[in-house]
Amino acid sequence: MEKVIEMKGITKIFPGTVANDNVNFELLKGETHVLLGENGAGKTTLMNILYGLYKQEKGEIYVSGNLVNISTPNDAIKLGIGMVHQHFMLVHNFTVAQNIILGIEPKKGFKIDMDKANREVKEISEKYGFAIEPTAVIEDISVGQQQRVEILKALYRGAEILILDEPTAVLTPKEIKELETIIRNLEKEGKSVILITHKLKEVMSMSDRVTIIRRGAVTGTVKTKETSIDELAQLMVGRKVNLTVEKNPSVIRGEILKIENLCANDQRGLPAVNNLNLTVYGGEILGIAGIDGNGQSEFVEVLTGLRKPKSGKITINDKNTYGKSPRYIMSVGVGHIPEDRQKRGLILTYSLFENSVLGIHKKNPFSKGIVMNYKEVRKHCDELIREFDIRTPSGDVTAESLSGGNQQKLIVAREISKDPELLIAAQPTRGLDVGAIEYIHKRLVEERDNGRAVLLVSLELDEILALSDRIAVMYDGKIVDILKREDATEQKLGVLMAGGTLQQTPKGVKDNE
Amino acid sequence: MSKLEEKNNEFINIARNTLKTLAFPLFSIVISIFVAVFFVMWAKGYSIFQYFSALGDLFGLIFKGGFGNTRVTFVTLSEVTPLIFTGVANAVAFKCGLFNIGVAGQFILGMVAAAIVGTVPGLNPIIHTILMILAGFIAGGIWGAIPGYLKAKVGTHEVINTIMMNYISMALANFIILRTAFGVAGKSSTPDIQKSAQLHRFVTGSGANISIFLAIVVAIFIFWLLWKTIVGYEIRAVGINPHAAEYGGINIAKNIILAMALSGAIAGVGGATHVAGVLHNVKDFMSLPSYGFDGIAVALLAKSNPIGCIASALLFGTLNSSSRTLQLNGIPKEIVYLIQAIIIIFVATDYIVKYFSEKKKKGAFTNE
Repeated sequence: MEKVIEMKGITKIFPGTVANDNVNFELLKGETHVLLGENGAGKTTLMNILYGLYKQEKGEIYVSGNLVNISTPNDAIKLGIGMVHQHFMLVHNFTVAQNIILGIEPKKGFKIDMDKANREVKEISEKYGFAIEPTAVIEDISVGQQQRVEILKALYRGAEILILDEPTAVLTPKEIKELETIIRNLEKEGKSVILITHKLKEVMSMSDRVTIIRRGAVTGTVKTKETSIDELAQLMVGRKVNLTVEKNPSVIRGEILKIENLCANDQRGLPAVNNLNLTVYGGEILGIAGIDGNGQSEFVEVLTGLRKPKSGKITINDKNTYGKSPRYIMSVGVGHIPEDRQKRGLILTYSLFENSVLGIHKKNPFSKGIVMNYKEVRKHCDELIREFDIRTPSGDVTAESLSGGNQQKLIVAREISKDPELLIAAQPTRGLDVGAIEYIHKRLVEERDNGRAVLLVSLELDEILALSDRIAVMYDGKIVDILKREDATEQKLGVLMAGGTLQQTPKGVKDNE
Repeated sequence: MSKLEEKNNEFINIARNTLKTLAFPLFSIVISIFVAVFFVMWAKGYSIFQYFSALGDLFGLIFKGGFGNTRVTFVTLSEVTPLIFTGVANAVAFKCGLFNIGVAGQFILGMVAAAIVGTVPGLNPIIHTILMILAGFIAGGIWGAIPGYLKAKVGTHEVINTIMMNYISMALANFIILRTAFGVAGKSSTPDIQKSAQLHRFVTGSGANISIFLAIVVAIFIFWLLWKTIVGYEIRAVGINPHAAEYGGINIAKNIILAMALSGAIAGVGGATHVAGVLHNVKDFMSLPSYGFDGIAVALLAKSNPIGCIASALLFGTLNSSSRTLQLNGIPKEIVYLIQAIIIIFVATDYIVKYFSEKKKKGAFTNE
């Protein structure tokens, strides 16, 4: 088969790390090739080089057999390479078609030929089965559809090779299935697709071949049909990984968190949490499943005092925490792993030891009077680094110099070290690699076994299913149903997450959108 | 052995980091002088080949004007003292992510408050000077806390409020001096402060006085406060990432008000010591004292490090006090402002470069 892309001996050095070390990668025409690796392994770096965002120190890139020099994304687009980033780059109050033609608008005299644009977008959209209305406004359509707009954008620019960076991170199970279909359609048209991911399940279902990168170097390229999840995990992490979470049956203790009729607004002042009722007991992990944007973030913020609630009742550990300050809520025994570790969880330019006491910096022995005791702080930080296996040269480096997984480990370490009665973990493993996920899961289960209440909010259904003892599904700001783990299946949860009910037969799911 | 090595490494690291932080300010100073020399050549009618003699002239005159003899040295010291105060004041605000343009106004109120307290007769000199400084501290602190409060509770931007309050403070000071019994009738100034309120001068006839030690102590104290205490931990956290600070149970509003009050208080103390040591009375104000805005430059050059402010205040103070000598020797004194301006432009560029490189880095990291 024809090689559309060949990268030979690519080496990229960032200050202090070798992001890509003599990497070889090739892509065949009409194949879906997964680039698999842990976070910080260098997959995105490699693709950014291909897309012209970075320049390699060494190595050559061939497109359809010709040596090329790609120094800007424009070069890449001219060569038929398109990239869809993890974070979409769309103008929110523009229509789909307006976003797609941005920068290469078809003109009629001095005016933009909007009719032509709409027509063309519709054509491509139908060709690949996207089902997208060109005149819809971006902010009105779902995240999954926005992603399709991004793909369309690349196709409209004549992309023959599509790079999708972590495309499934924001999608529901149903949307992931649809994306799969789209990728198959693209293949049929002879397009080649590169998927960057660290999710093994998707690799198996979506790809033809897999190239695995570990610490900047390729550890293998295998055909998907000839491999297994376990083999891939091993190639990716470099050791045997335990993919299933082992846990004993839960021993329920007293009620820790009780929420009654909670209501809260989002930033725009629209209701985000709507009459929410929930009780969490000690010794259990309660998972909140739901599609992004159904009020989970606001709910967690209200619980932890970062957002003012509108009405309702929250009791933690028999103490009223409704509308109280974050400090008070922390003091009644709440640990919080925030969903955005760089915005909330860490002060990036603070050193690790300064970060390791954020929230407990006023407590003994870290401070006395107003004077910080940095000796104790460092000791505490070193303990966390050792106990939680945080990979860092020392506690003196800034938090921003750590990889995402290690940043998250630091936060988890800090929150667990607060010895909380209730541990709220919001997206605790988002964007992390298998190794770190395994570890963080283990620690969460440990907390549960120690009799703590763990409230797990996650968009990853697999994570919810793996960890939870009970699963609450959040839809439109409400808890629509709570299932026992034994009763829950991916399908049932999928129905609930999309706003359906379990009274109907699951076959009626199709109409639920 | 390994302990020793560790210590050694630590020392090398510290040295390297210090060099790294110092590199850009030093670079900008060098560039600014490089450029300024051309203007010296122009003013003196030198040809292009006489670059180095022009450089020599400039350096020689700045040194002569700044430290050439005891008299000018003391003038320089009395210039440096208020700059340390206003520089540190700005640095505190910067560290909390705030821009206190109102240092000039806080300085004025510190001066007026001190001048009023200074006229009280019959006090022990030590108590009297302490009271005066305390008066400046409170007046400046309140004047800084107001825009801090407005920022924290109402969300109005501190830059706008402090600029406006600069003019209010000037008008208020002039009102007190010209229209109330605190001023001397017909003299448009306050009466001289009591002997007991005057700070000890190094030599008679020069404004240089012991308040420079106070300035240095304040700078060191603020350094300690920012890097070794809870107060500093919280102020800096709010300055870097208010979201994370809030998450960590840090009261953002409280810290903004505190940082502004502290910034104002330091400026106020600067004003108070200026009256107690140098001026001995306060004349009505035609314009805002330049120390306030120079303080911004001092803090910028010092990268908001209070101890660095001492060095950068020394530089700016020397430049200011040498301007007369330059003028007398045929070099326009504007050269001093030129040097200062270029330094600031370069230091600001450093901030901009950092801002963009951080942005770029973030873009790269989120996709991982």
